[in-house]
Amino acid sequence: MIKFDNVTKIYARGARPALDEVSLEVPRGEFCFLVGASGSGKSTMLSIVLREEHITSGSAFVLGQDLSRMPQRRIPRFRRQIGSVFQDFRLLDRKTVFENVAFAMQVIGRPRHAIMRTVPDVLDLVGLAGKEKRTPHELSGGEQQRVAIARAVVNRPQILLADEPTGNLDPRTSEGIMAVLERVNQTGTTVVMATHDVGLVDQAQHRVVELVEGRVVRDEASGYYGGDV
Amino acid sequence: MRFRFVAAEILHGFRRNLSMIGAVILVTFVSLSAVGAALMLQMQVDRLKGDWYGKVEVSIFLCPVDPVDIANCAGGAVTQDQKNAVRTRLESPEMAPYVAQVFEQDRESVLAEYYERYGEDYLPGQLTVDAFGPVLHVKLTEPVDETKFDVVTDTVSTMPGVLEAVDQSDLLGQLFDLVGKIRLAALAAAGVLALAAVLLITTTIRLSALSRQRETGIMRLVGASNLFIQLPFMLEGAVAALLGSVLAVATLWGGSQFLVAEWVETNFALLMGKVNPLDALAVAPWLVGAAVVLAGLSSALTLRRFTRV
Repeated sequence: MIKFDNVTKIYARGARPALDEVSLEVPRGEFCFLVGASGSGKSTMLSIVLREEHITSGSAFVLGQDLSRMPQRRIPRFRRQIGSVFQDFRLLDRKTVFENVAFAMQVIGRPRHAIMRTVPDVLDLVGLAGKEKRTPHELSGGEQQRVAIARAVVNRPQILLADEPTGNLDPRTSEGIMAVLERVNQTGTTVVMATHDVGLVDQAQHRVVELVEGRVVRDEASGYYGGDV
Repeated sequence: MRFRFVAAEILHGFRRNLSMIGAVILVTFVSLSAVGAALMLQMQVDRLKGDWYGKVEVSIFLCPVDPVDIANCAGGAVTQDQKNAVRTRLESPEMAPYVAQVFEQDRESVLAEYYERYGEDYLPGQLTVDAFGPVLHVKLTEPVDETKFDVVTDTVSTMPGVLEAVDQSDLLGQLFDLVGKIRLAALAAAGVLALAAVLLITTTIRLSALSRQRETGIMRLVGASNLFIQLPFMLEGAVAALLGSVLAVATLWGGSQFLVAEWVETNFALLMGKVNPLDALAVAPWLVGAAVVLAGLSSALTLRRFTRV
């Protein structure tokens, strides 16, 4: 699903690499945590998977496609298979919950009847049934993030990338979001989640990949945030 | 779905950017009006050129009895032989493509015409029929253009007995020069305004793109195509420019119908002929096309940088 082979990413000439010869494979259906301090390369890794950033050397395959050889015009179609969630939700304030989720389908040209059928199901999946007509500022932070997750998965992506999705939320709410992501993962979607949330990682018992200054220093199948306890 | 979505996006952009959109409409409107006025002026002149030249003939003044200081007239008044030679030359086969008709006006009639134009009191007693030679009037073949005058005057002006061969095409030429300069000035002003329009549309699209960065960011993330992301911005500029061009066409038509046509007809009917307000419709496709080019150019300049994948 995702395969990095000695991937190095250098943003500015002469700067320390953001990713330094990273090799990593995430198989289909896995739930994988990326942990590490700020600036350790977690977000860079997600940007590369989304093909927002080019790699400097090495090779990266996502969904069977060689990212360094993907032509510009193929990128939109490629991204339809990947959902993204961020710490700051990135919702559209002037649109309702329903419209925010529907937006992701409208802009890739899905027909109206498909939108009317799919959006309620997805809102149900993230636990927002009955709040379709609210606008983002009428929702709590946790609910906003649920809208963002609904928008990320409404086009049935094969991979869901989550960049510190609980970074702005209190621990109880974070558990709720985590539960939603688990549910998404159970539908067969591969989930890669960059996080600082020790509690969530320790509780979930999923694969943990730790980055330090752009290098993979730990990769455990069922790990803890801080390594062996 | 897609159409409705794009239409809603454009409307939304219009509401958010009302003053900028207004500026785009006005600048394209004024700029295209200037272009249109220049084009209509050109059409009017082209139509009049034929009329005017058709009315102008070449007048060949032959030598009078009174002495004049011209080499061709050294022998005094033009003789019958000299006159016949000029006529034969004008009516020869090689002049046939230029000369339609030659008719002679005798010197008494020239004097009478002179008095008619300037009054009997003009230079009383000094002017006698001897001051005038007969005149050969040459009507040119249709369609008349500037080159034909030169051929005819050059052919006869050096022949003995010819005082002077004149036509009024030079005068018309000067008039056309003036009109040409006015047209050039209008086009230059239009060019500057068009540049302003491009800059304004560019700025508008940029503002619009900036204010919608979150939307376009999400669009890119979920895999909307480039065209789909850029289309609302492009159309926003295009619709504004098109509105400007429609206003320009309407103004040109209204202006020529209610202001210029009436004014010209009462003041310059002879010179300018009839102004046809429907000329505005003839230039309309060019103006609308220019608006599309302006908007397209601006979009191409801006969007390349602002909504990259």
